[in-house]
Amino acid sequence: MRIKQISVFLENTPGHLEKLCKVLAEAGVNLQTITIAETRDYGIVRAIVDKTDTAISALKENGFFAKVIDVLAVEVEDKPGALLSILKRTSDIGLNIEYMYALTRPQNGNPVMIMSFKDLESAEKILG
Amino acid sequence: MSHNWNDKNGNFHPASSMDFLPTQQLRKLQSQRLSEIVKLAYENVPLHRERMDKLGVKPSDIKSIDDIAKLPFTQKTDLRDTYPYGMFAVPASEVVRLHASSGTTGKPIVVGYTKEDMQVWRESVMRALAMFGVNRGDFMQVCFGYGLFTGGLGLHGGSEEMGCTVIPASGGNTERQLMIMRDFGTTAISCTPSYFIHIIEESVKYGVDMKKLPLKIGIFGAEPWSEQMRQFMQKNTNIKAFDIYGLSEIVGPGVGGECGEQNGLHIFEDFYYPEIVDPETGEPLPDGEEGELVITTLAKRAMPILRYRTHDITSIMTGVCKCGRTIRRIRRIGRRSDDMFIIRGVNVFPSQIEVALMRVEECTPNYRIILERLKDLDTVTVEVEVADEFYTDSIPQLDALRKKIQTSIMNITGIRIEVRIVEPNKIPRSEGKAKRVIDNRKI
Repeated sequence: MRIKQISVFLENTPGHLEKLCKVLAEAGVNLQTITIAETRDYGIVRAIVDKTDTAISALKENGFFAKVIDVLAVEVEDKPGALLSILKRTSDIGLNIEYMYALTRPQNGNPVMIMSFKDLESAEKILG
Repeated sequence: MSHNWNDKNGNFHPASSMDFLPTQQLRKLQSQRLSEIVKLAYENVPLHRERMDKLGVKPSDIKSIDDIAKLPFTQKTDLRDTYPYGMFAVPASEVVRLHASSGTTGKPIVVGYTKEDMQVWRESVMRALAMFGVNRGDFMQVCFGYGLFTGGLGLHGGSEEMGCTVIPASGGNTERQLMIMRDFGTTAISCTPSYFIHIIEESVKYGVDMKKLPLKIGIFGAEPWSEQMRQFMQKNTNIKAFDIYGLSEIVGPGVGGECGEQNGLHIFEDFYYPEIVDPETGEPLPDGEEGELVITTLAKRAMPILRYRTHDITSIMTGVCKCGRTIRRIRRIGRRSDDMFIIRGVNVFPSQIEVALMRVEECTPNYRIILERLKDLDTVTVEVEVADEFYTDSIPQLDALRKKIQTSIMNITGIRIEVRIVEPNKIPRSEGKAKRVIDNRKI
């Protein structure tokens, strides 16, 4: 399923992530999952939230640089080899996952992986 | 009517007539003025007298402009050491105006003008405006700071002299600047180049379409700016952007400016005599060679300045400008001998960094250079904001962009400098002179 993710370009300084979470909390936005990809100088915070539009406008108002990115939410069966079979299906058609992380809340008792692809449409066709 | 000055279209403002004086006559005028000003300085300013005596030079030795190299230099520190009025050559009763430098380090520098000096200044700025194509009927919004800084009142006086409708907006409050621009029908604006870039950026936020404004001429000075910044300004607005040169120690804005050719800045050398010297040895260099600009005031009485070391690095251009003016041109000033920093034995000028950044299309003109000293080793980091669309979600892409910027800097400076892509609006915006170099070194 294609879902909206918010991505925030964030400087790697103490207190910055805290401020971001505060902005979201004050806007009444609930985080469904959050992950940070960091480099020495900056990080990219990626989050799935319940109210994407509210989150984006609250962040922008508070001087954060936030973007909405389409990603795929893929339910993975809770058993050995489940993720492997999904990855096989994408690599078979030459699709490369740019990054991946898990949703904190299971769906139908199964973990859900959030995956990013350059060619999202092709990935969506095979992974649904 | 026969005249010696003629522009290629025979089409120039009467204020420009002195710009076209035949060279021989110009040199004669400069020689006369130099000997008068040296006499005034020698007789009334102890510092000039002591320096000349030390070199064994008497005012009577200065007969022609070619004798100028016999005179001692004046340094910025001399103006500071004689604070506040030690460089004045006339009694206070003759001084009608004072200005002062911002003085970030220690005491400021105080400069004074007689009534006649004020007229010289207004004429200088008016002559610069005439070159830019500003005329009576133009609405001139002056967004240089008013007050002790010479920028605001300098442009103000010259614009009034020209007969413009002057809007003394001063610096700051960008939203109001944009409102004035739109509602008052501003056709010409003068400010620092970095502030104009800030105005362009802010115009989007306030819903003002810069291209729909009647604004057609931009006059920028008080800090070095690159050809790339000019292109950015001209692309995002309908202005033709001109460089104006000046410094408070000499008069303020109006020492020189660009003509319509936008190829070098004509110096009003009947008032301000330019020389180029080797910044290390002080030896005069011939026209065409690059070095430090040295200026002697030929027409100011309150504070005559002999051979002032500007620390601005440029060259006097050879050959006659296409506009036909006989007064000489200097190349646009890109760097200052005192702004330079040395990293791993290499001289680097902030302007080189700027050119390197502007060659990378993703970069905005918002950048700063941070100097630090870690374990006795000087390091430089360039912080730059990139255009909105390039803040991608992808770290490999951002990293590739960072490397691309680094390579561009290396191509120009020859050394590898750390580059940090920072969040939009992280770099403080300036409403006056942009502070490009942040020196955190504790030495």
